[in-house]
Amino acid sequence: MTARPWLKIVAVLIGLFLTVPTMVVLPMSFSSAKTFRFPPEGWSLEWYERLFTSPEWTVAIQNSLQVGLITAVFATVLGTAAAIGVTRLGERARGLAVGFLLSPIIIPNILIALVIFSAFLRLGLTGSLFGIALAHTALALPFVVIAVTARLQGMDPALQKAGGSLGATPFSVFRKVTLPLAMPGVLSGAVLAFVTSFDEVVIALFLQSPTAITLPVQMFNSVTVQIDPTISAASSLMVLVVSVPILLGQVIGARRGRRGTPR
Amino acid sequence: MTTPTSDGGRIELTSLCKRYGSGPLVVDDVTLDIASGEFLTLLGPSGSGKTTTLNMIAGFTDVTSGGIRLGGRDIAPLPPHKRNFGMVFQNYALFPHMTVAQNIAFPLRERRVPKAEIARRVAEVLELVDLTGMDGRRPDELSGGQQQRVALARAVVFSPSVLLLDEPLSALDRKLRQSLQQEIKRLHQELKLTFVFVTHDQDEAMSLSDRIAVFNDGRIEKVGTPADLYRNPGTRFVARFLGESNLFDGSPRPGGGYEWHGCKWAADDSAPPGHDLVVRPERLRLAGTPGEVPERANRVPATVTGLYFQGTHQRVELDYGHGSTGSAVLPPDATGAELRPGGGVIAYWDPGHQVLVTRDPRT
Amino acid sequence: MPAITTAAAPEAPPSPAPGGRRRAAGPLLLLPALVALTLFFVLPLLSILLDSFTDPEPGLGNYASLFTDGYTLRVLGRTLLVALVVTVAGVTLAYPYAYMMTLAGQTARAVMITVVLVPFWTSMLARNFAWMVLMQDGGVVQGLLGLVGLGEVTLLGTTTAVAISMTQVLLPFMVLPMFSVMQQIDRRLLLAGQSLGASRLATFRKVYFPLSLPGVAAGASLVFVLALGFYVTPALLGSPQSSLIAQVISVRTRELLDFGGAGAMGVFMLVVTLAVLAASRRLTGPGAAAGAAHAIAGRNDR
Repeated sequence: MTARPWLKIVAVLIGLFLTVPTMVVLPMSFSSAKTFRFPPEGWSLEWYERLFTSPEWTVAIQNSLQVGLITAVFATVLGTAAAIGVTRLGERARGLAVGFLLSPIIIPNILIALVIFSAFLRLGLTGSLFGIALAHTALALPFVVIAVTARLQGMDPALQKAGGSLGATPFSVFRKVTLPLAMPGVLSGAVLAFVTSFDEVVIALFLQSPTAITLPVQMFNSVTVQIDPTISAASSLMVLVVSVPILLGQVIGARRGRRGTPR
Repeated sequence: MTTPTSDGGRIELTSLCKRYGSGPLVVDDVTLDIASGEFLTLLGPSGSGKTTTLNMIAGFTDVTSGGIRLGGRDIAPLPPHKRNFGMVFQNYALFPHMTVAQNIAFPLRERRVPKAEIARRVAEVLELVDLTGMDGRRPDELSGGQQQRVALARAVVFSPSVLLLDEPLSALDRKLRQSLQQEIKRLHQELKLTFVFVTHDQDEAMSLSDRIAVFNDGRIEKVGTPADLYRNPGTRFVARFLGESNLFDGSPRPGGGYEWHGCKWAADDSAPPGHDLVVRPERLRLAGTPGEVPERANRVPATVTGLYFQGTHQRVELDYGHGSTGSAVLPPDATGAELRPGGGVIAYWDPGHQVLVTRDPRT
Repeated sequence: MPAITTAAAPEAPPSPAPGGRRRAAGPLLLLPALVALTLFFVLPLLSILLDSFTDPEPGLGNYASLFTDGYTLRVLGRTLLVALVVTVAGVTLAYPYAYMMTLAGQTARAVMITVVLVPFWTSMLARNFAWMVLMQDGGVVQGLLGLVGLGEVTLLGTTTAVAISMTQVLLPFMVLPMFSVMQQIDRRLLLAGQSLGASRLATFRKVYFPLSLPGVAAGASLVFVLALGFYVTPALLGSPQSSLIAQVISVRTRELLDFGGAGAMGVFMLVVTLAVLAASRRLTGPGAAAGAAHAIAGRNDR
C-alpha cells in the first residue's frame, strides 16, 4: 500500500507550518525599519550592532551565558550521578526514583515559577543570577537523567563485572569503563541543560531584578514593555545558540551511537 | 604464561549457600573440591544455581554462608578485582570503546605492568588465540567467534590461577561453537590452568570436562567424570539430564530383583525402595517374538512410535505404556524384530547393563 | 527509545545490578539530586499548597473563589477551551503526518521526525516573535487570508493566534506517541480487511483507526496537559483581555503577592494535569507514559 498523493501534500504542508514561520526572524534581523514590518523595506546591521554594544543587551547575554553554564555544570553533575545511582537500585526503588527525578517535566513551568518565587522570596534568593541557576537546575535535571540513563541502559552489565574480574577496582571500572561509555549521554545532557536554561523565560521573569535580567527576559520585555526591534537580532542569535547545538548533537549522537553501544 | 604452582589453582567450596533476602536457597550446601589444573564443568538447567555458584567464586555475589578457598587461602571476603581470576562472559563483555589490543592490555594496565612487557604479552596471547594482526580492530568489527577469542585472550593474559567461563559459547551458532570448544580445550591443555566452566549443554560438558558437577535445584546431584556419570548416573535427574535413558519407575523386590507394572526383572544389586531402573538406549535390543529373547535377559513389551535411520545407526522410539517412553539405538544392519511404527516388539537387555538410580537424592 | 529488554542471565534472580557489594553506592550517588529537587521543588510546592489553604485566612476560600468569581471562572473556561482546541487541531494535523511517517522510507522518516521537532528545538521567544511578525495587522498571514477574501481578520491579540502557535510547538508530543503506536500495527490486517470485501476506507475506519487510538489518546492527553500551562505564548500573542490561567497566576504572584490565590490556581492545574495523565494511562496502558518519555527524550539524542 503506497501513500496517496494528497497525503504527501498534507504532510509537506504540515512540515512547512512547523519549520518556515520561525525563519522570518532571519530577514527581520537585517531590517532597517524600527517597526516589525515584514518583509523588511530596507536592510541594515543596526539591530546586531545594538545587540552587541548596548549595555542592556550585552549584560543580558552575559547573564544568560553565566546562568546557563552554572546550570549545565550543576545539572550534569547531579543528573549523571543520579542516573548511575538509579541503575544500582532494585526494580521498585528504581521506578520511584526515576519518577521523582523526571517529575519537573510534567509540572507546568508556570507552577514551578510560582513555587520557586515564593520560596526564594523567603530565602532572599530572588533577583540573583545564582538563584535563577538553581531553579533552572531543577528544571534541567530530568533531561540529563534521561540522556545518561538511556546510554547506561544500553550498556551490557557484564562489562562492569568484566572490569572487576580483570583486576580493576570499582572506581577504576567507573573511570575507565562506565564513564567513557556514558560520555555521549553526559555531553548531550550537558548541552540540553545549557539550552534549557539559556532559553527559559518564565522562571527567569519571576526571579528577575534590574541586575539579574537574562536574555530571554530582555527579549520578553522588549516586546511587552517597550518595542525594541533588537529582539529580531536576538531571536536570530537564539536560533543559532539553541537549535544548532542540538542539531549538531543529533548528528554526532547518531554517528557515535552506531559504535560504542553494544548490540 | 607461567605454570601455576601445583596447588595454586585448587578451589575448595565448603557448604556454600546463597539466598536473596528471605527467599529460598538458590545455592544449597554446595561442597566441591576442584583440583589445580582441572577442567570442571558446572552443568544444570537454568535456575539450578550453577551461575550463582560461579558468581560467588568470582566475587560478584556475596556468600550467604560457607567458604571459598583458593590454594588453601580463604577468598570469600575478597572483592572480585583482588581474586585474580580470569573470566569469560556469555556475551563476551568486550569494552566497546577500546581496541582489541587495549581490551587485552586492560588487566595488565590495572596491574601496573611495564609498557614493553604489556606489548610483548598482548602479542603473545593474540598469537595463542590465532588473532595476530587484529590488535587495532574494535570489537564491533569482529565476528562473534573472534570476539569470544579476544575475551579468552583478555582473561588469560594476566596469568590468573583460574579461568571462569560463564556459558561462553551459548551466543554462537552450532558450527562455531564446536570449533571454539576445541579452542578452549587446547587452551586448557597449553595453559594448564584450572577451568571452571558453566553450561546447560550436556554435550558441551561431556566433550570438554575432566569432571562434571550436575546441579539441580541449588544442589549438586552428582560429581564425576563424563563416562562415570553416564554409566552410573546415581539419580533420576542425572540419568535424564545426561544422555538418553529408558527409565522405569517401579520398585525393587524384597529379596532381589525389580518389578515394574507386572514385569519382573533380575537385578544384581539389591536396592532400597525409591529407586528407578535405567537402561541406556545403546544397551537395548529388540525382538519380534519372546522366543528370540535370550534366556537371562530382562524384557518388556513396547510399541514402536518412531523409526529414524541415521547412517551409522538407527534410532527406534518406544512406548512402554504406563506413561513411560524411551528409545533404542541399534546397529544399522540390526536384524530381529520387523520394525514399523505402531508395531509391537519386545525390548530386552542384559541385567548387567541396567543401573538403579535414586528418585530423590535427599532421602 | 525502545523499551530495553535486558537479556538477563537465565538463572539470575532479579539481581541488583553489578554485584551485591556495590549496592550501597546507589543511594549515595542519588542523594545530591534528590536533595536538590526536594529543596528547590518539592518543599516549595508543599509550602504553596499550604498557602493555598491558609493565605490570607485558613479555609477553602481560595478554592471557593476559583469556582465562584466570574473573572476567574472565565479564565479557567478559556484556558480549558484553548487547550481543547489545540488538542483537536493537533490530532487533526498529527494523524495524517504520523500515518505518512509509517509509510515513508528510512531517510524520509528521519527527516520527518527532525522537522516535527524543529519548533521544539527553536527558542520559545524567537518562535513566538516570528508569529507576532507574521500575524500582526497587515502581516503576511493576513495577506494570505486576504487572497481568500478574509482580509480584515485580526489575529494578533486573539486566542486564535495563541492556539496556532501552541499547536505548532506541541505537535511533536502528538506525532511521536501516535507514530510509535501506528508502527506496531500490522499492515497485513488492512490487506486482510480488503480481501474480506471491505472497501479501503471501510477497512481503515474499522481496522486501522481503532488500533491507532491508544496513540491518539496518549498524544492528546499529553498535549492537553501541556497546553494548560503556557505562559509566554498567550502573553506575547494574546491580550490581557483574553488571559489564560498562567498569566493570571503570574499577575497574582508577582504583582499582588497573593500566593494563596495563585497557589489555588496552580494546585487546580496540577490536579487536572495528574488526573488527565492518570486517566490516559488507564485508558491506553503504560504505553502512553512510554510515548511521553519518547516524545520528551526526542529532544535529546534520538
